This record gives sequence, structure tokens and C-alpha cells, in this order.
Amino acid sequence: MGPVREGPKRWLVTLGTYSFAATITLGALATVAALVTVRKERLCINLSFGLSALASLMGLLTSISVFLEGSMSFEFTAIPFLGPFAVVIDPLAALFLAAISIVALAASIYSLGYVQQFIGRYSIAKFCALFPLFLVSMVMVVASSNVFLFLVFWELMSLSSYLLVAYEHEEEGAASAAWLYLVMAHLGTACIASCLLYLSLMAGSLDFHQISLYAGQGMTELARSGAFLLALIGFGAKAGIVPLHVWLPQAHPSAPSNVSALMSGVMVKLAVYMLIRTAFQFLHVDLMWWGLLTLFVGSLTALLGVLYAIAEKDIKRALAFSTVENVGIIFIALGAAMVFYAQGMMQIAALALVACLLHVLFHSLFKSLLFLGAGAVVHATGTKDMERMGGLGKGMRYTSILFFIGVLSISAIPPFNGFISEWLIFQSLLLSYSIHDVTVNLLMAIALGMLALTGALAAACFVRIFGSVFLARPRSEAAKHPRESHRSLLLAMSILAGLCLATGVLAAQIIPMVDQASTDVIGVSIAGQLTDGWVLEVDGGEVSSVSPILLAGLLGLMIPFAFILVRSWGGRTPRVKGKTWDCGTPLGPRNEYTPTGHSQPILRVFNPFLRGESSLSSDPTSSPYSRRGMTYSSSIPRLFETYLYEPVARTILGVARRASIIQTGSVQRYLAYIFAALILLLLVFR
Amino acid sequence: MADLVLALIQTAALLALAPLLTGIIRKLKAWMQSRRGPPIYQPYLDLAKLMRKGSVVSEDSSWVTTITPYVCLISMVVAALLVPAFVTESLGFLGDLIVLVYLFAMTRFFTALAALDAGSTFGGMGSSREMLVSSLIEPAILLSFFTVALLTGTTSLVSVTSVIATSGASLIGPALLLAFAAFLIAVLAENARVPVDNPSTHLELTMIHEAMLLEYSGKDLALMEYSSMVKLTLFVTIAWSAFLPWGVATEITAPALALGVIVFLAKLLTLAVVIAVIESSMAKLRLFRLPNLLTGAFMLAFLAVMSYFVL
Repeated sequence: MGPVREGPKRWLVTLGTYSFAATITLGALATVAALVTVRKERLCINLSFGLSALASLMGLLTSISVFLEGSMSFEFTAIPFLGPFAVVIDPLAALFLAAISIVALAASIYSLGYVQQFIGRYSIAKFCALFPLFLVSMVMVVASSNVFLFLVFWELMSLSSYLLVAYEHEEEGAASAAWLYLVMAHLGTACIASCLLYLSLMAGSLDFHQISLYAGQGMTELARSGAFLLALIGFGAKAGIVPLHVWLPQAHPSAPSNVSALMSGVMVKLAVYMLIRTAFQFLHVDLMWWGLLTLFVGSLTALLGVLYAIAEKDIKRALAFSTVENVGIIFIALGAAMVFYAQGMMQIAALALVACLLHVLFHSLFKSLLFLGAGAVVHATGTKDMERMGGLGKGMRYTSILFFIGVLSISAIPPFNGFISEWLIFQSLLLSYSIHDVTVNLLMAIALGMLALTGALAAACFVRIFGSVFLARPRSEAAKHPRESHRSLLLAMSILAGLCLATGVLAAQIIPMVDQASTDVIGVSIAGQLTDGWVLEVDGGEVSSVSPILLAGLLGLMIPFAFILVRSWGGRTPRVKGKTWDCGTPLGPRNEYTPTGHSQPILRVFNPFLRGESSLSSDPTSSPYSRRGMTYSSSIPRLFETYLYEPVARTILGVARRASIIQTGSVQRYLAYIFAALILLLLVFR
Repeated sequence: MADLVLALIQTAALLALAPLLTGIIRKLKAWMQSRRGPPIYQPYLDLAKLMRKGSVVSEDSSWVTTITPYVCLISMVVAALLVPAFVTESLGFLGDLIVLVYLFAMTRFFTALAALDAGSTFGGMGSSREMLVSSLIEPAILLSFFTVALLTGTTSLVSVTSVIATSGASLIGPALLLAFAAFLIAVLAENARVPVDNPSTHLELTMIHEAMLLEYSGKDLALMEYSSMVKLTLFVTIAWSAFLPWGVATEITAPALALGVIVFLAKLLTLAVVIAVIESSMAKLRLFRLPNLLTGAFMLAFLAVMSYFVL
């Protein structure tokens, strides 16, 4: 073990290698510690999550050392006949490792306070053992540079997260959500395994480096496309693209919130990570329609994801649908990068990939922040239903401010980070005018339109979420006396909120790092052209620019300045507390707008996509002119489940039932079947 | 240095003129409705009066209500720094057309949240409807901006203005005109004008923008009102600068600047007349008729992008 690089900063490389080893060791130790301290629950929590937090810090250190000093790699032999397993952390892997580490660090700190609520209800040791296992398997997924190793850890990641989703098994729907997740995850893994094993068969090696060198050579266009489609379906199922997203809004909300943060923030991104490797490094994206397909699927996913998010009343499920939306946005950028790459426009491809990777990184920050915030809110009120919340901002002031930063980031309000990646994605899509192919242009224009629509709807969605959870008056007993979150929860959220602002303001300083990762893939560096440290510039004939740092500085300086100026202008005027204007009716929870009411106009306009149904009924004995006992109900059907998955499931079950006729249970008959099969095989393979 | 000073003067002019534009539109409307109407400087007096008044804040509200007026004000001031009006200078390196759209989004985002903050039905109604309007009109604005960005090869508004202004008539075509038409609808929709909303209404069930400000009073209300005046001025200015900027001063010489200022004032007045005519001759649309108009704007903008590629 140990790298063979010589150089002035060799100690840094050594440090990177050791800190990587430390990440894995500490993670494993955390699992062991949890299993050893089963009976002492508080000690178990502190040990396990303390060690996980340390492991995450070490992971962060590893990726920093890779960004400063270049890739690190080592090999080890575990199973003799499979050859040595390579572990390589190149800048692309380091970027995802950084995302995992930051989110895992916050989630671990958060868990110190959060997991205490499970004491006496569920097995603490089980959670404390699975959490680090999930963390380590994710770290190893990005570090593996060998198909076998990758598949093992990919599977471990799926299984450990499955167990974590099913953790609160007494909650309604948790078990079925976990089951659906397991089925979809394995459907995906089947596609991924066939794709990767086929590629390694073609390359004659399980090693990623060998595959990237030789796999493409012996394959026909058809075979390459088939492999790409398998990868798109397999990784798409994990990432949650429409129509393979059905498990995501079930499984992510069912898991405890610290796990939801890891799943939505990081795990879905690992599918993007491996799709980038497969498409660019193994298959060398030589056909443009791959990119166009990805772009199209991404646009559809983004729009449908946000529409379902707007319709959702369950806070965590709304966030999960918003993850679907953001995966869509990531796929739009990825698809654009693939189109430009296939066209040989490497500079623009690099721009689109940088935008894609930035959105991956930023989304992992703000989405995990939002999930952690949602966890705090759910813990304080005991409900996930936003209808029954309201007014929590008063009792949970700090939680509300931190959640608000996440809301601003995901709504792409400048200078928060979501805006930067959205700006870059728009810019890279606009540069598609340099492709002289009307079909491509029109598809890119449609993606532009969908992305613009998605952005506006996402803002509407998060106004609704923040407004109905934290603002106005409580709408139920449960929300009346919320307690501020535990210190560890606030600390964890503060880390992520601080990073949401910092990565937005200092985008020009982050981009060179992300550019290293994209250079790895595309082969062209764009950071030098894109930024000089102050402004981001894109050249499409004339220069377009944005300066996040100056913009943030202006906004940050002028708002307090205006505050002081205006307050002192014309003397200090009195500010009196008064009642909200109530039109003479007593103020109560019924005067407020509910989340359902808030989104009703938008849902009505977009109903052709959603096919929602609503009904209004009243007490039949009341006068038709002044009705009493009114009941309003609305529902959004699960279109994909009803029209796609259920028919397929029915068909499979039907075929299975037919086939069960031959299963009589008689041993003699089974022996006859074996004999017949043998004869048949001998006839066929003479 | 001269260009920087000029840019700042231009921003100051935009910020100073904003209430006047509102006053002019009100006066024009009054004339068309055979009223005498208040003097065109009335908005200044109204703002000054509000600045001296105390305010009543709902006991249900939170810090969102406190900071929103300042966020709205400053985001509009920063937006004003990015918009060229009579000369093609601005602090455009700070941000481009996309930044402008998101600065407007920022104002709207905070306003819609502040509307929910007090827990009144009107505020919620305004917030909900505002998000409906914006979810359809914001993409229309972005797409119409993208059309000019494709035509000129940049999303920086100053560059767009100078490229179109110096290119003679060569860029005039279906793409530019469709995008301009879409943006005109956006000017009405984003600034709470008829037929989308009625700025002078206080009839509860028709309000969108006013419903959101219902809980504000005193200085806070002054800031919110002033921000919406600046927003209207900026939208009117952008409508000319981004799509039909001819007449703007592209070089810093006295005659060019003089012409630029005169043309700019004439352009402001033209759109003021258009808005006043529309508001006097049309009724506000029923809420669920609105999506037809708004998706119409979206389709126009989309056709503009398409026609850039196809034609």
C-alpha cells in the first residue's frame, strides 16, 4: 500500500492515503463499537456517530489531498482468482467523496441528538451499526476501480439502506416502502451488473482502467448502445428518473431523517457518478442520441418531479419528489454534456459537465439540509403532514432560519449555491446554437423551456413548504408548542447552511476543483476560461458574466445599510404589535391558507399532466344556498403505478399462475420433468 | 471611470424616476376616464407620508415580515445597477439577464412568504395566486431573454443592447418581435397590471399583489410600494433595452447621450400610454382565465426561440 509519487508535497499524498484508510477503518470500527455496546444505548450512540463523524472528516481530508496533489491509488488482493482489486480516487471520485463526507459529517453530528428519540422504541444498536456500514459502502462505491469490488459495495449500499428505510417498521407504510425499494434497487442492479460484466468481458479484465482502454474496441454500435441503455436504466433506477422513480418518494421519506438526508443528498448522486464513468470513460459517448435521450428523460423527470412535489402534503415526501426534480436537472446537464461530447465540442461539453457536477454537489448540500430540517420539524410536532403544522418559526427560530437558507438555495435565489449551477446549466444549453442540426436545437430549446418552467415551479413549491410549516399560526394541537431542536441538530444544519451560502458566494473558487473532475472525464479544462476568481464568464460570441462574490457582497452590505438608513429616516416611528386583519371574523387556524389551498391554483392549471381529482360535498339536508357540513377532498393518482407498474406486475403474476399448473408437488412428476429437460438439452446441444 | 460614473448616474435616474412613472400612468388613466386625477408627483408625496407613519405589525408574524421590505428594496436597487437605460453602460459584470430574472424572483419569493406570515386569508390568497402567475410568466421571461441571447450571442444585458443597437435592422425578425410581444405580456403580469391584476383595487377577491401587502403599513409599506414602482420602471426599461434598444447612446459623447436620454424618456412615456390604454379599455381577467393569457406568453416566447433556429 502507498502511492509511488515523488514530489515536494509527497507527505500530502501519503496523508491522503492514510486518511482514506482511516475513513474505512473508523467506519468499520463504528459498526463494531455499536455491536459491542448494545446494552448501553447512549454510549452506543455517542461512540458510533462520533466515530462516523471522524470517518467523514478523514474522507474529506482524502478528497482535499486528491484535489491538491492528484489521484491516489493502491491495490490489494482479497480473492486470489479475481486478481488484485484496484482502489483509485481520481478527482471525479474525490468530488463525490467530498459530497459524501460533508453530508455524512453533518448527518453523524445530527444523529447524536436525533437518534435518542428511538431509545426504548427500536433497537439502537441496529441503527448505530447500519449507519456507518451505509457510509463505508458509499465511500467504497466511489473508490472502487474494479467491477467486482464495485458491485459488492453497490449491493452492500442498497442492502444497508434498505434496512435503514425499514428501521421504523412500526410506522405505517415503512415496510412496504422498503420492499418496493428493494425490488427496484435489484432491478437496477441487474441492469448495472449485466452492463458492467459485459463490458469487462469485452475488455478481458474487471479493472476499470482496462475497461476504459479496451472495452469499446471490439463492440459494434448496437452493442455499445445496448450497454449504454442498460446503464441508463440501471443507474436511472437508483437516481430516480421518471418512470423508474416510483420507489424514491416512498423510501426516502420512510427512512429516519438522517438517513433520508444521506439517501437523497448522496446516494442518488452515486448513480450519476457511475453513469458518467460508464458513458464517458467506458463507452466514450460516440453517439449523439444517447445524450439527447438523457436530456429528454431529464426534462420529463424535472417537470413531473416538481409538479408532484407541489401536490404533496407530507413534508418529507415533498422533499423526496423535489429530489426527483433535481435529478432531472442533473440529467439535463449530463445529457447536454454528452451531446456536445459526441459532437466533438469539448469546451462546451466540459462547461455542461462542470454545471452538472456543481449541481450534484450543491444539491447534496441543500437537500440534506432540508431533510435534516424536516426531521427536526417532524420530531417537534410528531407529524409529517404539513396541513397540521404552521407557526413553527416562533418556537423553532433557529431551525426555521437554517431551513430557510436551504429553501433559498434550492429555489436558486442568488447568491445561494442553487443559483450558480442553474446559471451554468442555462448557459451551456444556450451554447447549443453552435450545433447546426435543427432537431438537436429544438430538443435543447425544449429542455431550456422545461428547465425554466421547473425553476419557477420549484420556487412556488418551496414558498408553500416554508410558509405552511414555519409561518402564520399553528393549525393543530401538535404544532402549538414546538421546542427548539437539540444543539447537535442545529450544529449539523448550521454546517450545511453555511456551506450552501459559502459555495454560492465562492463559486469561482469551487469551480477549479470541480473542473479537475470534469477534466478527468472530458480531457479539457475549462476553469481558466470560466473564472478569474471574481466573475464567472461564458463566451458565446460575446461574453456573459455573473459575479457571485460581488453580488453577494452588494446584497450583504446594502440590506443592513438600508435597514439603518430607513429606520432613522424621518425620526423613529412607532412599531406596534396588533392583530392580523380579520374582517371581523375570529382568527383561527381556519382563516389561514393551508398547503392544499396554496397549491390548488397551480395544480388546477397543470391538471392535464397530473389527472388529479377533487370533490366537494355538503350535508344533503342543508339548504342549497347556504351549505353546511362541507367536505372537500382531492387526490393525485399515482399514474405510473396504475398504468405502468400494476399491469406489468399483473402480467407477471398471471404468467406465474399459469406456470404453476405443472407444479403438482409429486416427486415422480418432477423427475419426469428433469428427464425430459435432459433429453431436450441433449437433442439441442448434440 | 467615466463609464462607471455614467452607469451610477443612470441607476440613480432609474431609482428617482420610478415613482414619477407610476404617477404618469395614473394621470393618463385619469384623463382617459375623464377625471382630473392627482398630480404626477403624488407618489413621491405618498411615499414621504408613509415614511413618517408608524407601523402596525401582526403579532402572528415573524422575522420574515421584518426583513422582506429591505430585501425587496435592495434586490431592486441591485437590479437597477444592471439595466442600461439611455447609455450602454452598467455594472453588467455583476450579473446578466438570468441574474435579473432571479433578482425579480427573489423579490417575489420574499413577498409571497411575507404574505403568508401573518396568517390572514387575503395574504394566503395573494401568495398562492402570485405563485400561479409567476410559475407561468417567469419561464416566458426567461425564454424571451434567451431569444435575444441567441440572436446576440450573450446573456449580458449591456452587450445585448449594444449589439442590437449597432446592428441596424439586421436582427429584426420574427424571433425578436415574438420575444418582445411575450415580454410585454410579462410586463403587465409581473407588475400587477390589468388584465392580470388591478393595482388600484382594494376589493378583496380580485387582489393579487395588493393582497400580499395588506398587512404592511408605515415605513415597511413605503418600501414595498417603492420596490414595486422600481420594478415596473425596470421592466419597462428592459422591454426597450433588451428587444428594441435603438436610440440608446452606444458611445460616450454629448450628442449621443442627449439623444439617448430623450429617446429613453419617449420610450418610457410610450409604454406608460400603452399601459394606461390597456387599463382603461380592458377589464381584469377572471383568475382561471389568466393561465390562457400566461401560457400564451410562454408559447410566444417558445415560438421565438424556435423561430430563431428554424427560420
